[in-house]
Amino acid sequence: MSSHEEAEGRPLVSYRTLDIAVTIFFLIVTAIVMTDSLRLGISWKPNEGPQPGLFPFYIVLAMGIASLINLAQALPHTADGEMAATTVPGLKRMAAIFVPAVIFVLATHYIGIYVSAAVYIGAFMVFFGKFAVWKALAVSLSIAIVNFMMFEVWFLVPLPKGPLEAALGY
Amino acid sequence: MDELNALFGGFAVALSGYHLMFMVIGITLGVIIGVLPGLGGANGVAILLPLTFSMPPTSAIILLTSIYWGALFGGAITSILFNIPGEPWSVATTFDGHPMAQNGKADEALVGAFTASFVGAIFAVCLITFLAPVVAKFALKFGPAEFFAVQFLTFASFIGMGRGSPFKTIASMCLGFALASVGLDGVTGTLRMTFGQDELLNGFKFLVAVIGLFGIGEILCSMEDGLKFNGAAAKLRMDAVIRTWRQLPRMWATFLRSCIVGCWMGITPGGATPASFMGYGIAKRLSKRGDNFGKGELEGVVAPETAAHAAGTSALLPMLTLGIPGSPTAAVLLGGLLIWGLQPGPLLFVEQKDFVWGLIASMYLGNVVGLVMVLTCVPLFAAILRVPFSIIAPAIVFVCAIGAYTVNNTMFDVWMMLVFGVMGYLFNKLRYPLPPLVLALVLGDQAESSFRQAMLVSQGSVGVFWSNWLCGSIMTLGLVMAFWPALQALRAKLSGNAAIARAA
Repeated sequence: MSSHEEAEGRPLVSYRTLDIAVTIFFLIVTAIVMTDSLRLGISWKPNEGPQPGLFPFYIVLAMGIASLINLAQALPHTADGEMAATTVPGLKRMAAIFVPAVIFVLATHYIGIYVSAAVYIGAFMVFFGKFAVWKALAVSLSIAIVNFMMFEVWFLVPLPKGPLEAALGY
Repeated sequence: MDELNALFGGFAVALSGYHLMFMVIGITLGVIIGVLPGLGGANGVAILLPLTFSMPPTSAIILLTSIYWGALFGGAITSILFNIPGEPWSVATTFDGHPMAQNGKADEALVGAFTASFVGAIFAVCLITFLAPVVAKFALKFGPAEFFAVQFLTFASFIGMGRGSPFKTIASMCLGFALASVGLDGVTGTLRMTFGQDELLNGFKFLVAVIGLFGIGEILCSMEDGLKFNGAAAKLRMDAVIRTWRQLPRMWATFLRSCIVGCWMGITPGGATPASFMGYGIAKRLSKRGDNFGKGELEGVVAPETAAHAAGTSALLPMLTLGIPGSPTAAVLLGGLLIWGLQPGPLLFVEQKDFVWGLIASMYLGNVVGLVMVLTCVPLFAAILRVPFSIIAPAIVFVCAIGAYTVNNTMFDVWMMLVFGVMGYLFNKLRYPLPPLVLALVLGDQAESSFRQAMLVSQGSVGVFWSNWLCGSIMTLGLVMAFWPALQALRAKLSGNAAIARAA
């Protein structure tokens, strides 16, 4: 786990930058939905009522206006806005769980969820938690096996499986 | 009297050994979920939902609501002992709970919190027992215009009662509606916002969004902070229970105020979190010992806990009677009802009497069982936090992935869960509220179709929403709520000007 010195690391992104980035994301969504709504039609059709684009169009219109106001509020330099939203060690710790999570989901396509989860949990324990390898093996395997029993055997909810489960007859 | 008879029928259903076992299992799971960071009521219930697909609906809902009660109880344990709110609604509990623990009164704080939770919940269940059938009977007469009015009021309340920036609330809510509109349009059958992608045909599933936004988002936040647990020891002797209970009766006014605030915030979807802050704030202002708040005052633990539980429980009232959930967790339970083939709404009270009353009776029993369990097992639950975070974090990601996959059996949803996770982290950081997004995603289709039906009836005139007194007054109240922050700002400006004028 982290020590104190590490927690107060170099600032990476300020709240202001992050706030502006998120409002731009909202504005992009607004543009996408508006384009498609206009294609679907936003007017009134006699005897049929509003065309399918009407409701989304006005919803994202409201979202766009609100985001513009949020952008206007985020732009000026303020003391609060300059505060660090995240630091280098903070981002590193988040990457330590998230990047492996992406690999874990990718691996699920090929080797099934149980095997990749066991590898994911075990590797995280060894590299991040500094556990002994045998402890990591014991914990990760038992979590995978308990979940396998629970979903595949007791509750009969099928999850993605790979070659290992196929070899075992599932 | 019909209600009482029906309720006793419900007790007969809920009191079987089989169902009591589910309550115990559910509450244990719920407390664990409440104690662990990254798993909360909403995503915990969402992840466990697939396990109940094969159960009869009554047993399934008893299991899931028990998880919900457990999560509500569990949040208090970590707040008091470790100063880490396990749930957003227990943030206010840390204000006085943790100082009490540091003063060596952890046991009194815990007993106070659990008892307060219990009182709040029972008050709300009583309200549901007598109010729900009335509301349901009333709602049977609703047309599309009335339903849209109620939904409008629901969303307007988020703007009017939110604590943060109203524009961020609007942006977050509209994003939910926009995501809900993706896929097949229910009225005309046209495809919207899919851009030729087959995966988007079914739209975005709100359960996936809940698991990603709350589960993965929370894990990212916890990782960033680098979780450190340094807590007070939890020892609970039975004499502490009696000692605390003796102090509670003099706080009857705080209990009552928090119950009322909580129920109000739960039924209009303010939710448990703002309710707990309001409960705390009101108690601080009105209590004789208000000056001691923040230094370890039992009343400061009781007030937010009562309000949070009353809100969390009463959020189920609009879910059952109108099909409009009052909180993200209630929304997940609503999703469950739909999967089991039950249509929430006024008709549920006519067609599925046994189910409804079994559920209501199980709320009474679940809270009694929960109180006994948490009072006896606190040290056990507190020990969960000794499990290193480097085991808990990847295990929670794994469980979240299972939950997301089982919603629709596609890997696409698991990828979406990761995307929603990043979104949840950013929104949390920048104070974009998440509940409006989730509720808009759940109710988007319904709100849109009732709007379009109402428009069809009136041939495009908005006047239909003011065509009768009921619909009109709900709509007007909604508009007031929606523009409440603007009105507040205007009033502040006017009184500010007046003050300057007087000073000059």
